[in-house]
This record gives sequence, structure tokens and C-alpha cells, in this order.
Amino acid sequence: MSHRILIVDDEPNIVISLEYLMKKEGFEVAVATDGEAALQQASTFVPDLILLDIMMPKKSGFEVCQALRADPALAAVKIIMLTAKGRETEVTKGLALGADAYITKPFSTKDLVAQIKSLLA
Amino acid sequence: MLQGWVIVLASFLYLGVLFAIAWYADRRADLGRSLIANPVVYALSLGVYCTTWTFYGSVGRAAASGIGFLPIYLGPTLLFALAGFILHKMIRVAKTNRITSIADFVASRYGKSQVLGGLVTVIAVVGVVPYIALQLKAVSNSFSILASYPDIVMPATAGAVPLFYDSALYVAMILAAFTILFGTRHLDATERHEGMVAAIAVESVVKLVAFLAVGVFVVWGMHDGVADIFAQAAAVPDVARRLATADSPAAYGTWGTLIFLSMFASLLLPRQFQIAVVENVDESHLRRAVWMFPLYLFLINLFVLPVALAGMLHFPAGTVDADTFVLTLPMAHQQEALTLLVYIGGLSAATGMVIVETIALSTMVCNDLVMPLLLRLPMLGLAARADLSGLLLEIRRWAIAVILGLGYLYFRVAGEAYALVSIGLISFAAVAQFAPAVIGGLFWKGGTRDGALTGLAAGFVVWAYTLLLPSFAKSGWLPDGFIAHGLFGIELLRPQHLFGLTGLDEITHCLVWSLLANLGTYIGVSLQRVPNVREARQATLFVGGAEAAGTPGWRSTAGVADLLPLAGRFLGLARAKEAFARHAQQRGLKGIHELPADARLVGFAEALLAGAIGSASARVMVASVVKEEPLGLDEVMNILDEASQVRAYTRELEQKSKELTRATAELREANARLRELDRMKDDFISTVTHELRTPLTSIRAFSEMLQEDPKIDLAQRSRFVGIIVSETVRLSRLINQILDLAKLESGRAEWTVAAVDVAEVIREAAESLTVLFAEKHVTLEFAGCEPGLTVLADRDRLMQVLVNLLSNALKFVPAGTGRVTVDAGGTASEVRVSVVDNGPGIQAQDREVIFDKFHQGATTSDVLTDKPQGTGLGLPISRQIIEYFNGRLWAESTPGAGARFVFTLPRQAGDNGAIPQGDSVPAGGRGYKEESPGGNS
Repeated sequence: MSHRILIVDDEPNIVISLEYLMKKEGFEVAVATDGEAALQQASTFVPDLILLDIMMPKKSGFEVCQALRADPALAAVKIIMLTAKGRETEVTKGLALGADAYITKPFSTKDLVAQIKSLLA
Repeated sequence: MLQGWVIVLASFLYLGVLFAIAWYADRRADLGRSLIANPVVYALSLGVYCTTWTFYGSVGRAAASGIGFLPIYLGPTLLFALAGFILHKMIRVAKTNRITSIADFVASRYGKSQVLGGLVTVIAVVGVVPYIALQLKAVSNSFSILASYPDIVMPATAGAVPLFYDSALYVAMILAAFTILFGTRHLDATERHEGMVAAIAVESVVKLVAFLAVGVFVVWGMHDGVADIFAQAAAVPDVARRLATADSPAAYGTWGTLIFLSMFASLLLPRQFQIAVVENVDESHLRRAVWMFPLYLFLINLFVLPVALAGMLHFPAGTVDADTFVLTLPMAHQQEALTLLVYIGGLSAATGMVIVETIALSTMVCNDLVMPLLLRLPMLGLAARADLSGLLLEIRRWAIAVILGLGYLYFRVAGEAYALVSIGLISFAAVAQFAPAVIGGLFWKGGTRDGALTGLAAGFVVWAYTLLLPSFAKSGWLPDGFIAHGLFGIELLRPQHLFGLTGLDEITHCLVWSLLANLGTYIGVSLQRVPNVREARQATLFVGGAEAAGTPGWRSTAGVADLLPLAGRFLGLARAKEAFARHAQQRGLKGIHELPADARLVGFAEALLAGAIGSASARVMVASVVKEEPLGLDEVMNILDEASQVRAYTRELEQKSKELTRATAELREANARLRELDRMKDDFISTVTHELRTPLTSIRAFSEMLQEDPKIDLAQRSRFVGIIVSETVRLSRLINQILDLAKLESGRAEWTVAAVDVAEVIREAAESLTVLFAEKHVTLEFAGCEPGLTVLADRDRLMQVLVNLLSNALKFVPAGTGRVTVDAGGTASEVRVSVVDNGPGIQAQDREVIFDKFHQGATTSDVLTDKPQGTGLGLPISRQIIEYFNGRLWAESTPGAGARFVFTLPRQAGDNGAIPQGDSVPAGGRGYKEESPGGNS
């Protein structure tokens, strides 16, 4: 059974590219374009892995990450932070909140796919 | 054979022998084998108390009042026998403080006061001059009587003899020369004269031997023993009367007075002080002297009464002056050798007194009167002169000559009116004025300089008025009316019956009033204030005894380099060096050069100088080198002043410190502001980075996917490429806007300012967006956009603002039903343009936030969801532009009922001054955000 990936980003074009990329790798994909939708999707879609943007309307990626980690039902879900803010403090903060990996935009598609596969293996 | 030349020759021979003795003693002293370091010599030298007054005058006094001559000797006897401790204390204190005279003693005791020293000197000179006159009178009389040998002729009164035939003048001159030779050959640091003391001791022996010889001759040569004389005397009623003790109640009072007076005189007369205190080699000598000196007095008076009685029996009453009995009795019996011996004895009594007295006085005059005055006269430049020892000696020589001259003058003026003893008593009464200051100073710490000064002055004035002036008056040199009727005819002011006091002899009368005034003011004035620091220190030194005299009293130090030349100036360099070397030796040092610059050295130098120029002058001189005074009230005040200056300085410092704190706070604030700016810049860069990375992310992702998978179907491929292109456009616009904003904010933007018709610009902007409006099916309407709404602005920038506002509105209105209205109007002073839409509107809290750069907060998200079309920089740029032209841009909204963006600009006609004149207005140092470009900040 293929892994389920939830893509969370408010940039339509980035969502399009990620969606295409994940589907091509054979993952089952769902999309959310703000923080609140992300939490909703996480409980209904129950993804194996979430690609989470930070700068989003309604709820930031940090808040979403915190809420996911607080839910025992979703404890096993892997989280990869995707952000254009590449400062050291942001990375540290994301990992401290329970993210499994942190990838800076713009990213290499190959690296992203490799990272996802290693986390799901 | 006793011709005039024999007498003169004998006189000079005697003086020559004396001089030889003195010279020998000085030599021995220099060799360190002192002749006078002997209690017997000390006791004998004290015999200088016995002058011609004793030698000739006692017999005269006895002839007049029987044993009335005795009190003058009972006083010193009582003093030495019973009150030796006073003398002992004086010697000890004087040695410790290097006291050189009675004036120095008093001056030193009351804070080293030069004024006090000067006053004591004046009193001493004035008081002692009659006493010196007495000696001159005695010597010249004895010479005259002897010269007419074998006849016994009483000398004519001095006034009757022409000046140059007056033997007293020559006696005075010879004595002056002899004294100068004796006492001022060199200057000694200790002001001690060993040779003189030796000579005085010899003279004491000579006069005692001479007097005893006369006594023996009279008692056993002329009569058959003492009993025979008294028996004969008792037989003559006129003579027998002298054997009674006293013949009136007043005479008893006189006895007391004379004992009292002579007691002080033997202590306070300048020559007594010189011999007993200054010339004292060893204070232990006093133990022998306390009985030897009274014994000497007893011996020299042993034959007074017999000789007086014999003279009265021998000579018919009134033919021969009783004062001359000692000389005339041997003459009457043709005892030539004895007569000559008596003459020499009298001469020795006179010379001893004159030498010691004038040396003591000349020291006082020089140290306490002349030098302080000369040193104060800057024109003489004495303070800077290298060697003053010569000058000091010169002053002393002149002082000796002047004092003897004064003595002679008094002799010419008043000498004949009084018997020898009466003249002497005038001096005693003057010197008694020192008693309160000296005795009080030794035993009472409360005495002050002012007390001593007023006491001495008061006593001296009363003495002069009640005793000295009457002596002139009685001699006819002053009108004697004031004696009988009082000054200005006021009875109460009669000098010898002052304030109606009668029944006393003139000496007692003087003593009662003068000592009353003296003691009263001394104590009264002293009690007016507490002794100051310097007085208190000296009081401790004097009253507390030498043991208490621990510190020299100098708070600072000076080296040998300063002190040796100073001492050298007064003592001569060689003597000063010797003294310093001795001091070094005493301190166990090898030489002068090892002496440390400490307070002890300064104290030593002061004491050394005190020996030469007196303690008061020495203090001033040393202070001039040390530049540090002993702590006095003035200095304390100065220190307090300094302390208050320090306080003022501290206040100033505190002030500075406060200013510094303030400056630091300002700096800290500025620093915080800078940090805030820095943080804002960081945030801005971080935001810019984020905004740039977002399109880059899409571009890279799609590019990589296209690159990796060439087999993507055509529809996908063209969609992806389209996204890439649009993201690239977005990226370019973003970069352009960022640069634009940076230019605007830094003031480097270029402006082309001209009169612009707003309506025209609105139409143009709307036209450029027609296609976009049509695509979204949004209606664009215009209201009131009349021509003539002219403003001064940059046309392109204004267009940029309008396009931005219109595209923003287009962005948020719903497709199909969307409606955007542009309304342009104006007042007399400004043009007002609003862009109204029927979109979702703006929350109240976001109405200002949207003008911030990259306003990406969650709360604003629902008005800006269409990211690709907005950079988040349009509104901030628009506001910068509008504000540059002194306008305002703001948003109004009722959430759910659309938004209204309004800007105003001053009308060209109504605004002349606030618009920048230049086309290009670069301005440096603009911040990123705070300052709006333009001149209206």
C-alpha cells in the first residue's frame, strides 16, 4: 500500500509542483493551503508524512507542527518543514517542535524525494 | 700716691685681667674643658646680683634705716632656699626650648609671639636703664672721691660738671667698649658666654673680698670688734635709732614689698635670667647654688651695719654721703692699698652688672626688637641675604652702646635726685611686671598671648606713671605739678597717691597698682578666650615641663639642603656646619649628609636658630624654608576651607557623574534604537529573502521536473513552462519594487515634478488596466473626475499609485459582480481621490498594517490570498509617493461592505511652499521605515 503524503502550502505553484512530484513517485496525495485546513486534513486523511510550509495564513507551520505532535493519534506521522526562511533559529525551532526534517526553499526535487523516502523506509 | 693715673691704670689692669680670664675660659670651652662647669662657679656668678648698689648702697641704706637694707637680700635668699623648684623649672624649660633671654622666654611661652618679645624688651630696657645709671654714678663718684685723695670731697652733682669733664661719661664709654669686646666677639648658637661667666665669678670673689676687707678693717682695725661699735653707736642717740627694726607701720609694709620685689628681681632681671637660666651649664648646679648664693649674700652683708655705724660715728652728720662710707672710711685712715682694693671691688660690682645686663639686653634688643623689624622690611632684602651673622653682631654692639648711652643720659637727668638704692628699686619694680606672665606662664596653661600682652602693657604704663615720670619730675626735667595735683589737675590721678591711695612709700604704691593692673588684665584677658593651638602647644611645653615636650611641633620636613644655609646665614656657615655635624653625631649618623629630612631635623634647626635670633624669629625663618606652619587656628581654618573646596569639587564631580550617567543613558537609548533599526533591517532582509525564494522555489521545482522527465505530456509541459514564466515575472517585479522602495526610503529616488492633471492620470491608469478588468468581468466606474484638479507631482509616480490601488481593488473584488469606483474631487486647497471596491473589506486592526512592507500576518490573509499578483510592497510604495508630495493615503472600510482607499494632495494653486523645488532630491542617511521622504517631516 502506497504512503500518504499531505502537502501544506499557500503558494499555488509550489503546491502544483509538489503534488505532481509526489504522485509521480507513487504516493497518495492530499493538499491544504492554510494551517487550519492542514490540521483538518491530517485527522481525516491521516497521512504518513506531511510537507509543511511555515509562512501560511491562519496558522503558521510551527503552530500546526505543535498541534500535530500534541495529538497522540498522529504521533507516528513524519513531518518535513519546508520554508523560504532559512535562518538557523527557524531550523532549530522547527526541529525542537518535533519536525523530522527541515528543507529550505528553493529545494532540489531529488533531495526532497530522497529525504521523504528515507523517512518512510 | 693715689694719683689719677694710678687709679686709671689700676682700673685698666683690672679690666685686662678680667678679659684675660674670659679669653682663657672661652678657649677652654672651645677645647671642651669648660672652666665654668662647676656648681661653685655657677653660685659665684649668681653674685652678679650684688652690684654697686650692694657694695656702696647697702651701707648708705643701713645708715638711713638700720637693717632696712636687708629685705633686698632676704628676697633672693627666700627664693633660692624655698622656691628653687621655680628656678629649676625655668632652667629646664629654657634649655628644652633654647631660650636666650627673658623676652624670648615670654615670647616663646605665648605662642612665639614677636610682639610680646618686643614689649618685654622695651620694658626691660626702659626699666633697667636707671639701674645702669646707678652703676655709672657709683663708679664715677668713687673715682672722683678717690682722685681727691687724701682729702675727702663729695663729688659735685652731675649736672654741674661740663659733659666732657664728667668722669661718668668716660666710665660709660669704657664699659661699653669692654662689654662689646666681651660679649660680641662672636655669635654663639646657644647664646652662652663661658668667658663672661668665668669673669663674673672672679668679680664676685673680688667684690666680696674687698667688702670683707673693709669690714675687717673697720671692726678690728678701727674698733675693738663688733661689740665695741654697737656699744659706741648705742651711746649716740641719732645713730642708735638706726638699730631699731622699723620705726613706722608703713616701714613694715615696705619690708614686705622689698622682699617681694627682690625675690622677682633675682629671677627676672635680664642679667639674673642670663646667668641663672641661660648660662646654666647643668641644672644640677642649682642644688649647690640654693645654699651657696644665699651664703654669698649673707657674707657680703655681714659688715654692712658695722661699717654704716662706724661711718656715722666717724663723720659728722651730713658731711659725707653714707653711700661712700665703704670708700671714705679707709681713706680717712690713709689705708691706700685697702682704698684701692675697695675701688676695684666697686668697679668689679659695676662692671659685672653692666656687662651681663647689657649683653642680655642687647641680645633681646637684637633678637626680639630689631631683627623682627628688619626682617619685615622687604626693601632691606635681609630675608634673602646670605650671611647675617655679621649684621647680628653689629646690631648687638650698637645696642650695647645705646643702652649705656641711655644709662648715662638717665644719670645726667635724674641721677642726683635719688640715692643708689632708690634708683635700683625703680628698676626692680619695672622688672617685677614680668612676674605674672613668667610665673603664670610656667604654672597656668590658660594664659594667652593677648593676656600677657595687655597685662605687661598695663603694668608697664602704671609703673611709668607712678614711678618713672615722678623720678624725672623730681629731677626737674618734667614740671612737678602733676605729682602734687595729679594729671590735668585731677587729684585721683596723683602719680604717687593714685586713686587716693596714701600711707605707702612710692615703691609699694607703684607695685600695688601696677601688679594689680598687670595681674588683673593678664588673667582677665586670658580668660576671654581659649588658648589657640600654638599657645596651647607652648603652654604644654612650659607648664607640662620638659618631659611633655615630645614633638618639635613641625608638621612638615625640610632637608639639610634648606636648613643648613639658613642656619649659616645667622651663625656663619662654619659654625652652622659644626652644629649640624654634632646633631648628626647625636643621632648616631656619620655626617651631615646622612641627616634625614624629618621633623626632628627641622626642630633642631629651629632650636639652633632660636639661640641666635630668638625663638619667635627662628620660627618665622624656619617656616619660610619649611613652608609649613605648626597647626594654628588659621591653618585649621585653611584646612576647613580646603575641605569645603574638596566638598565643592566633589559636588562638581557628582554633577559630572550625573551628566555622564545621563549621557550613558542617552547612548544606551541610541544604541537600543540602532539595534532596533538593525533588527528591523534584518527582518526586512529576511522578509525580502523569503519573498524572493518563494517564486524561485516554483521555478526550480518545475525546471528540475521538466529536466528529469522529458516524457511529460505536452499539456503538462506547457502548463509548467507557463508557471515558470509567470514566477519569473513575479520575481522581476518583486526585485524592481524592492529597489524602488529602497530608493524612495533612502531619498535617492529621482523625481520629475510638474503640474499634473489628476483626472487625466486616473483615466490613463484605468486604460492600462482595462484588459484585466474585462478578464475578471469587473466594472470600473468614475465619479467627478473633472479636468482642472491640478497638483504638483511626478506624473509617472502618481500613475504608479493609481495603478497599484486599482489592481489591488481588482484583486479583491469578486469576479463577475465586482465593482470598482474611482472618485476624484477637491476643495480649494487639496485634491482628493478615492478608489472604492465591493470586496470583503479590511478588518479595523489591519487598516494600517497593510501599509507595512510585506504585511504577511495571518490576520491579513483573507485580503491577500492571491499571492502571485501581490508583492506586499505596492501600498507602502504608494504611501511613500503620496507623502512625498505632502499628501496623505489611508484606507477606510466596513468589513463585508468593501474597502475605500483615499489619498489627498495639495492643490497647486493653494500650496506654494511645501513642494520640493528640485527635480532630483537626493538625501542621505534615511532609515528604512521611519522617515517619509519629502520635506514635511
